[in-house]
This record gives sequence, structure tokens and C-alpha cells, in this order.
Amino acid sequence: MTAGMRLFNFAAPSRFYTLTGTLAPWLWVLTAALSVVGLYMGFFVAPVDATQGNAYRIIFIHVPAAWMSMVLYLAMAFWAAIGWAFRARMASMLARALAPTGAMFTFVALWTGALWGKPAWGAWWVWDARLTSELILLFLYLGYIALVEAIDDPRRADQAGALLSVVGAVNIPVIYFSVRWWNTLHQGATISMTAAPKMAATMLTAMLILTLAFWAYSFAVVFMRVRAIVIERERHTAWVADLVRAGKGAGA
Amino acid sequence: MRALFLAVLMRDLRLAARRRIDALLPLVFFVVAVSLFPLGVGPEPQTLRHIAPGIVWVCALLATMLSVQHLYAGDQADGSLEQLLLAPQPAVAVASAKCVAHWLVNGWPLIVAAPLVGVLFDLSAPALGSLVIGLLLGTPVLSLLGGLGAALTLGVRSGGMLLILIVLPLAMPVLIFGAGAVGAVESGQSAAGHYSLLGALLIATALGAPLATAAALRISTE
Repeated sequence: MTAGMRLFNFAAPSRFYTLTGTLAPWLWVLTAALSVVGLYMGFFVAPVDATQGNAYRIIFIHVPAAWMSMVLYLAMAFWAAIGWAFRARMASMLARALAPTGAMFTFVALWTGALWGKPAWGAWWVWDARLTSELILLFLYLGYIALVEAIDDPRRADQAGALLSVVGAVNIPVIYFSVRWWNTLHQGATISMTAAPKMAATMLTAMLILTLAFWAYSFAVVFMRVRAIVIERERHTAWVADLVRAGKGAGA
Repeated sequence: MRALFLAVLMRDLRLAARRRIDALLPLVFFVVAVSLFPLGVGPEPQTLRHIAPGIVWVCALLATMLSVQHLYAGDQADGSLEQLLLAPQPAVAVASAKCVAHWLVNGWPLIVAAPLVGVLFDLSAPALGSLVIGLLLGTPVLSLLGGLGAALTLGVRSGGMLLILIVLPLAMPVLIFGAGAVGAVESGQSAAGHYSLLGALLIATALGAPLATAAALRISTE
């Protein structure tokens, strides 16, 4: 109960701003440390793949990025819906801050997938079900960002964005399964990533460490962005005025 | 609620009847856009027959997106949308009536024109039939989704492009199953599964989209 109350305290933008200001540097340190360890393991310690040679090593970035792209969309839709349903300003701002990072990870997943696809399948791009649904996910992110940026009134932008992201979240399974169906209809399963040989333990460890690094990065960068949004939206309040007077603006 | 639904529906149909050229523009766009493809792809009948279902469906999708853009804009400009939302009846009635009117004015002509366009691509009679059935089930979904997009982008900068960006990802399943039905018939299979899935999409969208559209209208006119 008390812990719950304390958590709700951070729904106030000023407290959230202070909390994230304390957390962000540590998250950046964590991101850097995990990235160095994970990349070292992935590129130097993990063994060379028997069939794919060194080209497979892109997996260490590709797979975590793809995971993050999906997780962040759900997180964005969740916070946007909370912000809309309960008129929670902080949740709406969080949703806004999540979108660019999610779109970035989706793009990274597609880009690294293309880099991987060229040596593995002989093509930069195939209209595989997973690739296509990831591309559609990127479109959903872009639609959300474009809609939210096009509306000047922040309240209306948050609510419209919430509605769109919830509709998108409901549609994701429908889109995914229809794309899969379409793919099996047009061509046989030319690529089956599930049939790949079992992964070595070091490979899995490296991938998990990089996943954690991406999580830490997402938290850090979303916190930085949400701090900027808080400052911008709360600029008329006394605590922001105090902050500015103390010489600690958004860049602090 | 029913009275409001009918009133809005009849009003939109009457407005469309007074501006016949406006109502015909999406149809013209559809036919012109479809006839661009043979010029771009080349006149081989084999290739054209193969890509015809996709072309017809994509052009129908784009024609719907272009025609749906002004679904609420006029009513918002003269203030009647606000009055409609102030009515004691739920806004869902307005949203549904608008979508039904849009489909009757813009969806029907596409369905009627589709077989003629299909003949240009040398589609067989059964394939033409499946194209029409698919469009009958699919274009209402496009009108419903487009209505949602129009409500969300109401009065927003560059709303037209935005609407297309928002709605196209959501409309992809319709495209897949609609064009897939024709492809299945062309290759000698049954298209029953495609029709069932299109029907399921239609039911789900008909239940969900008007509610979402009503919420979007409230957000946009607040």
C-alpha cells in the first residue's frame, strides 16, 4: 500500500523529473558497460557459425532490436491508453517519448536484417512474413509520430495518439497472421530460421547481455526525452521556474 | 439513435446527389490509376492477368483513402459536426451513418466498375466474380477504417497524407485477403476461406471502428 502510494508520487511531473534525473546517468553507465561486454562476447568470444561463418554475428544486434521494437510499441500503447483513460499527464508524455526509440529499433532491426539477409539468403530483402510485419510495425510507429506531431494542442495530440496506438495494438495480431497467411499462400517457406542449428551457450549469453543493454538504453534515452517534454509542457509552473533560476535547465 | 442515423445518412446522400461530379471523382481516379499499370509494367497479357487483382485492390484502397478525406471536413467547417455531437444521441450513430453514406456514394461505384476494369486485364469470369464479392466485403471495411482516420486527422496540418499513412497499415489484411481471393480462384482453388476472413474483418471492424471514430470525433472537436 505504502509502496504503491510512493510509486504514484512519481506520476507528478516534478517528482518524475527529479527521479529520472538521478537515474539517467546510471542507466547510461549500465548501457555502456553491458554494450561493451555483450559486443565483445558476440564478436570475439562466440564461436564462428558452421554454416554462416562470421556473417551471423549481426544476430547480436538484430534480435534484441527486433524484440525491443515490439516491446516498446506495447509499452507506448499501454502508457498512451493509461494517459487517456485516467487523464494522467505523465503517462501520455512517456508514450510520446517512447515512440521515436521504438521506431529507431524497428528500423535497426530491418536494416541489420537486410545486412544479414544478403550473405545468408542472397538478397537484401525478401517478402517473408516476419520482415513484412516488422515493416508494417515501422509504418504504425511513423503514423503515430506523424499524427502526434501534426496536432499542436498537446492534450488533443496525446488523446488522438492514444486512440491510434490502441487501435494499432489491437490490429497487430490480425496484421501478423494475415501477412503470414499471405506469405504461405504465395510461396513455400524458403527460409526457416527455426530450423537453424542449436545456438551455442556463449551466443545466447551475448545476445541476452545485449538485450539488457538495449533495455537500459531504452530507459535512459526515453527518460532523457521525457525530461525534455516535461520541461517544455510544465514551463508555466513554479518548479520549472525555480529550476531555471537555479541554473539547471533541461540540459542539466 | 436510429432517427439520427437515418437523418445523417439521408442528408449525406442528398448532398452527394447535388454534387454528382464530386462523387464521381474517386471512380475516375480508380479507373485512371488502374490503367496506368499496363503502361508501366508492359502489355504482356500473362503478366497483367497475374497482377490484376493486386492492382485493382490497391487502386480501390487508394481511391477510398482519397475520397474519405473530406468525410467530416465540411461539417466541421460549417459547425454542423459540433451540433451533431451535442445531440443527446450517441456519436456512434453519426460515425456509422457517415461511413455507410461514404460507402454508398464511393464504394458502390468501385464495385460496379471493377469487373469492367478486370476485363481490361483479361480476367476470367470466375475471377471477376470473386473480385466483386471480395470488394463487396472489403470496401465497407475500408470506408470504416477511413472514417476513423478522417476523424483522427480532422483539421490537422497535411491531414490528407497523414490519413493515408495512418490507415494503410491497418487496411493491409483487407488487401491481402481481397486480392488473395482472386488469386485463389485464378489458380483453381476455392476462395471460401478468403471470403470468410474478409467477412470476419468486416464484422470486427463494423463493431469496433464506429466506436473508435466517435471517440476520435470527440477528441478532435474538443
